[in-house]
Amino acid sequence: MSGFSIYKKDSVANDVNHDVHVSVAKCYQCGKCSAGCPVNSEMDFPPSVVMRMLQTQDPKLEDKLLRSYAIWMCVSCEMCYGRCPMEIDIPKVMDYLRQKSLKENKVNPKAKNIVKFHRAFLDSINYTGRLSELGLIADYKMRTFNMFQDVALAPKMIARGKLHFIPEFIKDTAKMKSIFNKTINKK
Amino acid sequence: MKIGLYPGCSLKGGSREYKESVVAMAKAFDIHLEEIPDWNCCGATAAHNLSHELSLSLPARNLALAEQAGMEVLVVPCAACYSRLTIVQHELNEDAALKKKVVDIIEMPYKGTVKILNVIQFLQQFILEQLPAKIVKPFDYKVACYYGCLLVRPHGILKFDRPEDPQTMDEAMKLLGADAIDWAFKVECCGAGMSVARTDVVGKLSGNIIKDAVDRGAEAIIVACPMCHSNLDMRRPDINKVIGTNFEIPVIYITQAIGLALGIDEEVLGLHRHFVPVELPEKEVKTQMEEK
Repeated sequence: MSGFSIYKKDSVANDVNHDVHVSVAKCYQCGKCSAGCPVNSEMDFPPSVVMRMLQTQDPKLEDKLLRSYAIWMCVSCEMCYGRCPMEIDIPKVMDYLRQKSLKENKVNPKAKNIVKFHRAFLDSINYTGRLSELGLIADYKMRTFNMFQDVALAPKMIARGKLHFIPEFIKDTAKMKSIFNKTINKK
Repeated sequence: MKIGLYPGCSLKGGSREYKESVVAMAKAFDIHLEEIPDWNCCGATAAHNLSHELSLSLPARNLALAEQAGMEVLVVPCAACYSRLTIVQHELNEDAALKKKVVDIIEMPYKGTVKILNVIQFLQQFILEQLPAKIVKPFDYKVACYYGCLLVRPHGILKFDRPEDPQTMDEAMKLLGADAIDWAFKVECCGAGMSVARTDVVGKLSGNIIKDAVDRGAEAIIVACPMCHSNLDMRRPDINKVIGTNFEIPVIYITQAIGLALGIDEEVLGLHRHFVPVELPEKEVKTQMEEK
């Protein structure tokens, strides 16, 4: 990439462009992403507003965005990307914002349980290589103190042979640890 | 040709009937699907939400293992796994520096040449042509084919079917004798990974999908994704509570519908594992006189 950038050097928009090759300047605010977003009513900032906030390159708005609930409520359904006339990969921007929000300790308090769920999910994989549903739910409950959620579901799942008590370990669990240590758990 | 199978975690656990029906159907056509040895989780939404590098490395190890095992074709029935594996293969093929980085992380040789197929593509390439001759009991029902998100999006990378009004599942179901209805929620999101953290959202989104299918006269919803299935099936009480309904329409994997038409035993197809009972009305066999 050449030295010239249309973005300010320290802006989030510039980082997004540089790190994941998505240029938010292309957005002309048609609003199709927000209209099609299945969780727009749950969001403090729907996707087109997220794009606009990034375009301003205003540190205050960028900070607001990293502390928003919207970035965690996004379900990665890819509808916004599918309908964007400028083919802007908005889900990729959302991934970027989530990771930055996490790194800078700016996770919206309302989104804590969503993050805990993701963490419990990944910890299960780090440990066994595959997801153990029982392990995931138990871990999530421990993290959120939500002991009674879905308790009625467990016996029904067991009756249908859908819950395994012993997690499946892959043979090369050492490789899992090594992959996690070189990526998400990198110091 | 060696055909690989990446079942993914759901198909080993909560959605085991999907794998059971895929394997039983393939067997009926003398196709052996070989599981990737020692495969790991694709990382799903959690990985790509929290770490880009992890979300590339977990699927890359699986693809490298498939290459090592000499698999030219890899069948990935779970739409979410299919999406992750295909996106990773695409990203690494497009960016040599990123590919090198990921190869260094997984410490395995990786070419990126395995042909990845979702379940519908698998049907198209290996099953559908010979299917009509093997049907013993036509699946004579009005069905709403529900594709969800990750089977068709992002279209630029997956390049599968039409992104807004896909037809491939509808065509396959018509071959079985079903009436695949036109409806509006084919590619809407069921709420996906919010099933536990925001069950209320899943209730609303999945509720809208079921309501449209029922309003338009569907007798069954046909799916090809374990997340769609568990949200529409296992979360049915939440759905009925959130939108104030009492929907009883069954949700059936396309491979189960094919299995039924082939005369495969319901238990082998795992129908008894569903939360919403699969009770389809017995259809009278039409005589030629009645058809006229």
